[in-house]
Amino acid sequence: MKILVPVKRAIDYNVKVRVKADHSAVDLTNVKMSINPFCEIAVEEAVRLKEKGVATEIVVVSIGDKSCQEQIRTALALGADRGLQIDTNESLDSLQIAKLLKKVVEDESPDLVILGKQSIDSDNNQTGQMLAALTGMPQGTFASEVNIDAGKVKVTREIDGGLQTVELSLPAVVTTDLRLNEPRYASLPNIMKAKRKPLEVKAAADFGVELGSNVKVLKVEPPAQRSGGVKVADVAELVDKLKNEAKVI
Amino acid sequence: MAILIYAEHDNSQLKSETLKLANAASKMGDDLHLLVVGSDCAAVANQASKVDGVTKVLVADNTAYEHQLAENVAELVAEIGKDYSHIVCAATTTGKNFMPRVAALLDVAQLSDVIGVQSSDTFVRPIYAGNAIATVQSSDSIKVLTVRTSTFDANGTDNSAPVEAIDLVKSSSISSFVSAELTKSERPELTAAEVVISGGRGMQNGDNFKLLDGIADKLGAAMGASRAAVDAGFVPNDMQVGQTGKIVAPQLYIAVGISGAIQHLAGMKDSKVIVAINKDEEAPIFQVADYGLVGDLFDVLPELEAAL
Repeated sequence: MKILVPVKRAIDYNVKVRVKADHSAVDLTNVKMSINPFCEIAVEEAVRLKEKGVATEIVVVSIGDKSCQEQIRTALALGADRGLQIDTNESLDSLQIAKLLKKVVEDESPDLVILGKQSIDSDNNQTGQMLAALTGMPQGTFASEVNIDAGKVKVTREIDGGLQTVELSLPAVVTTDLRLNEPRYASLPNIMKAKRKPLEVKAAADFGVELGSNVKVLKVEPPAQRSGGVKVADVAELVDKLKNEAKVI
Repeated sequence: MAILIYAEHDNSQLKSETLKLANAASKMGDDLHLLVVGSDCAAVANQASKVDGVTKVLVADNTAYEHQLAENVAELVAEIGKDYSHIVCAATTTGKNFMPRVAALLDVAQLSDVIGVQSSDTFVRPIYAGNAIATVQSSDSIKVLTVRTSTFDANGTDNSAPVEAIDLVKSSSISSFVSAELTKSERPELTAAEVVISGGRGMQNGDNFKLLDGIADKLGAAMGASRAAVDAGFVPNDMQVGQTGKIVAPQLYIAVGISGAIQHLAGMKDSKVIVAINKDEEAPIFQVADYGLVGDLFDVLPELEAAL
């Protein structure tokens, strides 16, 4: 079976986020960019399915300017077979991304699409679900376990009350949560090998998807800072402060 | 046009998130319809009719909706919602699961995790794990939003809105419920509790979380954990407080053995009063704590339990 893994280039999770002085956006100049952590988990899951003999081919797709080829190469080094960059300089909403991915699904006919549940920049948590809706596929979001058997996929999902398991017919969309797996590090030989794996580039404009957004960002501000309080000497002082000063117990 | 609110419930009890959701929705307009989707959920519909500000309760009661599977719920909500100006639901794992499907079916964008409503088309939401706050304006014909309910007050329950049954059944065969492993607890739910006590990696193992039990009992607190404690397998995932876990804003938040990683702070920094107990006085958690106690939690916790 074929697995499609869409990945996003995002700010590295170790970078301290700063808002631009004119409050127009987050400052991304000279900032380290990486594959979004949830997308990396998605790639790892696909690679494990291939290692188990369940999957036969892993296609990685990323949407953005040329720089996102770096993240596609990262995914290829982790074990994906070939890459596709959908080239655009526009910043797109989840819905437009999902519409472009729908076209890719139509071209590639994957049995399973695995995506990260959200990206750590826009924090939307939408693309997988939207793609599932547009293609009529079932979805298993926030997955902590994925089992494929006899044309079905069983997904254990992390939900507010605990865990829920659903069974989906294939093709299906799965989005990854943190505890699905721990991604491997790419070895140097695999990084070298990834450079020779096929990476196709297609222009987003050729997909016939309208790329404008109906959501306008008016401003981006740093969050209100919480000021630190006082250190208390012992438990007695703590309980006294909570009772008589903060009046919360 | 009216606003459609998706009720958060478990087929027997309306969740407190719904009261806060009604409050958030009332800032967008004043004709609020509360939709209850479930199975054998008449009790919930009854509770829903009492929520202040609600002008009408719609109930879709069918076995197809028992587990609120995204495939069925999204079809239903999109069909009902096409005649509304806004569709809002709580940013719980239920809402996050089906709402983007609704938005895609209606061909509109979704705004996730809204923490502020400035007008009927302008909203505030955190991005970059809460390290930046964006104000966004939507020109979509239908605004589809998930709301971080912890930042809104709860509406009262003195109303008696009319209840109307909805006869639409959306039952797809592409997905089915297999099982659920729900954590059973006598304690209040994390996202609704007035007091939350959380343990981190400093707890060292799952057994040591019992040290929090007595304190939680005395304070009527819910129990949480940092991602480090969940990843280490000390406690189950549903206890995780943080950007990728639950967002809480109780009156009192007690962080025990939690260093204060940015992703944890994103989940609790809107709490009214924060207490940090940590043996490392340089731990970042002290930068946001109202009251910090530097000490070994294994000494402090029994003492605290005795002092309450």
